[in-house]
Amino acid sequence: MKKVSLEINGKKVTKEIPDHITLSSFLRDTLNLTGTHIGCDTSQCGACVVHVDGKSIKSCTALAADLEGSKITTIEGLAKNGKMHPMQEAFKKTHGLQCGFCTPGMIMSAVDLLKSKKNPSDTEIRDWLEGNICRCTGYQNIVAAVKEAASKMKS
Amino acid sequence: MASLVGSRVERKEDKRFLTGKGRYTSDINIVNQTYAIFIRSPHARAKIKKIDTSKASKAPGVVDILTGEHIAKDKIGGLIAGWAIRSEDGSEMKCPANPPLAKDNVNFVGDPIAVVFAETLDEAKAAAELVKVDYKILKAVTSLADTMKSETIHEGIDKNMCYDWLLGDRQKVKEAFDKADKIIKLDITNNRLIPNAMEPRACVVDYNTASEEITCYTTSQNPHLSRLIMSAFGGVTPENKLRVVAPDVGGGFGSKINLYNEEIVCSWAAKKIERPIKWVAERTESFLTDTHGRDHITHAELAVTNDGKFLGFKNETIANLGAYARVFGTVTPTYLFGPCATGVYVMPAAYTNVKAVYTNTAPVDAYRGAGRPEATYTIERIVDKAAIELGMDPIEIRMKNFPTEFPFKQTLVHQVDSGDYVGGLNKAKEMSDYDGFATRKKESESKGKLRGIGVTTYFEACGIAPSPVVMMLGCGVGLWESAEVRFNPTGQVTVYTGSHSHGQSHETTFAQIAADELGVPIENIDVVHGDTDKGTFGMGTYGSRSLAVGGIAIVNACKKIVTKGKKIAAKMLEASEEDVEFKDGEFVVSKSNKKKTIGEVAFASYLPGVRDEVKSPLPEGEEPGLVESSFFDPANFSFPAGSHICEVEIDPETGEVKLDKYTAVDDFGTIVNPLIVEGQVHGGLAQGIGQALYENAQYDQTGQLITASYMDYTMPRADNFPEFNIGYTCTKATTNPLGVKGCGEAGTIAATPTVMNAVINALGGREISLPATAEKVWKACKENKKSKAEAA
Repeated sequence: MKKVSLEINGKKVTKEIPDHITLSSFLRDTLNLTGTHIGCDTSQCGACVVHVDGKSIKSCTALAADLEGSKITTIEGLAKNGKMHPMQEAFKKTHGLQCGFCTPGMIMSAVDLLKSKKNPSDTEIRDWLEGNICRCTGYQNIVAAVKEAASKMKS
Repeated sequence: MASLVGSRVERKEDKRFLTGKGRYTSDINIVNQTYAIFIRSPHARAKIKKIDTSKASKAPGVVDILTGEHIAKDKIGGLIAGWAIRSEDGSEMKCPANPPLAKDNVNFVGDPIAVVFAETLDEAKAAAELVKVDYKILKAVTSLADTMKSETIHEGIDKNMCYDWLLGDRQKVKEAFDKADKIIKLDITNNRLIPNAMEPRACVVDYNTASEEITCYTTSQNPHLSRLIMSAFGGVTPENKLRVVAPDVGGGFGSKINLYNEEIVCSWAAKKIERPIKWVAERTESFLTDTHGRDHITHAELAVTNDGKFLGFKNETIANLGAYARVFGTVTPTYLFGPCATGVYVMPAAYTNVKAVYTNTAPVDAYRGAGRPEATYTIERIVDKAAIELGMDPIEIRMKNFPTEFPFKQTLVHQVDSGDYVGGLNKAKEMSDYDGFATRKKESESKGKLRGIGVTTYFEACGIAPSPVVMMLGCGVGLWESAEVRFNPTGQVTVYTGSHSHGQSHETTFAQIAADELGVPIENIDVVHGDTDKGTFGMGTYGSRSLAVGGIAIVNACKKIVTKGKKIAAKMLEASEEDVEFKDGEFVVSKSNKKKTIGEVAFASYLPGVRDEVKSPLPEGEEPGLVESSFFDPANFSFPAGSHICEVEIDPETGEVKLDKYTAVDDFGTIVNPLIVEGQVHGGLAQGIGQALYENAQYDQTGQLITASYMDYTMPRADNFPEFNIGYTCTKATTNPLGVKGCGEAGTIAATPTVMNAVINALGGREISLPATAEKVWKACKENKKSKAEAA
């Protein structure tokens, strides 16, 4: 058990966290931020991707107790003042989601991609999203969403 | 008002999913809940000698531990097969009992035998480790080919055979074969797949001690059916005391059709321990215990003339049911498979014979396409083989055997109402630049690569109907769908459907339909589904049935609303009913400017007293309110069809298959929302291509699933696909007023043979089994090189 202070979606959180609790479980079970999903137990599916200090990580691979001082953004923290992030808007526009289960992780990954690549090619998008499994969409409209968001975020 | 049917309407349901506010079963927590961990057999086949829970029950936080003994004592029933299939000799199929917790025997790795409930998940897991089970391990039956000669798994089921089923006429086929110039033979395995919806199965159950009502939140494609089975067969509690809610469900693909052990056990136990229960599968549990798909061994023969005309076809299949027969387990390899065996072709004689057998593996049931992919794979592969052996072009041989007139009486069962197979294939040929293949092949060869092209033409039968026929064939329920349309007094509309959306977008497409029918803005229409306490009994979503069956129930309920609305409007407008027309949400008296909006009529319907100049808007004999329901039972299946063409490039040095181009031309009749349909096609293609190139569920000889995680089971990922090239033709279905056909499974049905035909084409006709992994392809390339060298 460790007392940890972190910032989650802009809010300060201080909690006693057992050593073995993953960030994904901490978000879901302790903070009730259930937008971060758990789709596997081998860090393969990517449904749990969040941003820690601005970088996308699979939150099932991090122990919450290790994250003292970190700034964490989850899918719930992406929209600002009730307005969806351009990536969220783009997923809606291009039908980049069906059942919605992989979507939060997919969006958090894609947002991170656009931080380093303002104008990614199809191949770069597909390579980047290789760690996020979607069973519904066949990925095509997800790729379209990322491109749409990239073009909106440039203008 | 512009029609919404046909428009690319963005989804109404998206915002909650995009902002992390979707509400999936595992997101639900109930105060005072306990956590369930199931103890599962680590052996594929064993006798349970003893279960010792003494140490575990004293572990910290343990609330209770229940076993198969408790289930038996409380007379809780088990899981069932939904279809009774008869063998060729007229005998009934043989199904073993499948108790929710095994008491005496376990029959696959993952078969649950006990459950621990504890205050926390960690405590439940720790206690589960302390449950000691003494097994007598028996030899597992795992080889599908040898099953019938193996030890009997279930007492009284000889040869491990559930049924030996025939569809078609053996004698006619024999006569056709006697006349043939050539018999094409093909032996194939349609490999086992694991559906892998991204949301693992889960249930959260609450028991209200005051009302004695059980509420089971669960990951189901058909909550009403789950309630029915849990109540009628499980005996958990009467239906009126059981509420089943399937909230947001993260994909199904068939694997969430079945009611599972865990839902029965947790629902029964919540009442027993008087505490809420939460159970969420870990991914490996899903791999082990979700129903799997496919798993056939097939020998097929096609009789042809030298100029490529088909004379007859036989399909001899052994279908693996796994350890138990489940809801669609017995019908998937029979009525969903057999009738589609001859594909889109005129085939003078045919039969399908299926021996369905039990093995010590996870139960096999419907997986996206369910039977139709297996049928299509066989016929499309053998048609290509015929083209190779006859030296014909794969398009030419198909064109030669298409029906040109509709309705088309297909050989085995179906009366296909509409289609244009020639037009579809021509369009696919053009869109894929089929004629430019030779040039591209040369280019690939100049880089040391192999290039192949593959063609598939398919039809499928979806929206199984009509109920009297399906029940005659052995289905335990009718396959209609229900809808209820409710106008609120203030003019918004709530549509209740018995279908269930777990990605299919019903909240949007069904609202589009209702908006068109009622002339109400789509923003004012909400679609409600997935809760047995909200809306009428419904049959759920599978088999591409929701639009063609459930959507039409909505249309019909809306039409009833308009009929009643017209009577009310006539009274309000002091006109005769015959003079009132309904258009774009308004009831208008013809040749006048007198009109009432449907919202005004709805409001008036709830206020049947004196109002303005009208004494009462309700004609005599009419009840107040504006609520109508409908049960739609279509006259026939719907028959989507299409032509897919793809190209692969193979690196013979590594065996890697690169899917380079994929063109799909499908006929889904009327398209309600092209944006959604494209998504369904893309997703379907990805799953079909997944089977062709990547996915394979593999058991070892002892019955251990060796592909039970994403580290081992190859899920297709974003970088595995090119951009799909999608097109349509349209012949409207004649069996429903919208002219719609199903679109959810088409991609999966067509893609597997299309890709395999391309791989085999690239390999110069060399047979290769599913999936065409780099290792297998590399070996095939080596073999080809060797044979070439030997020939030289």
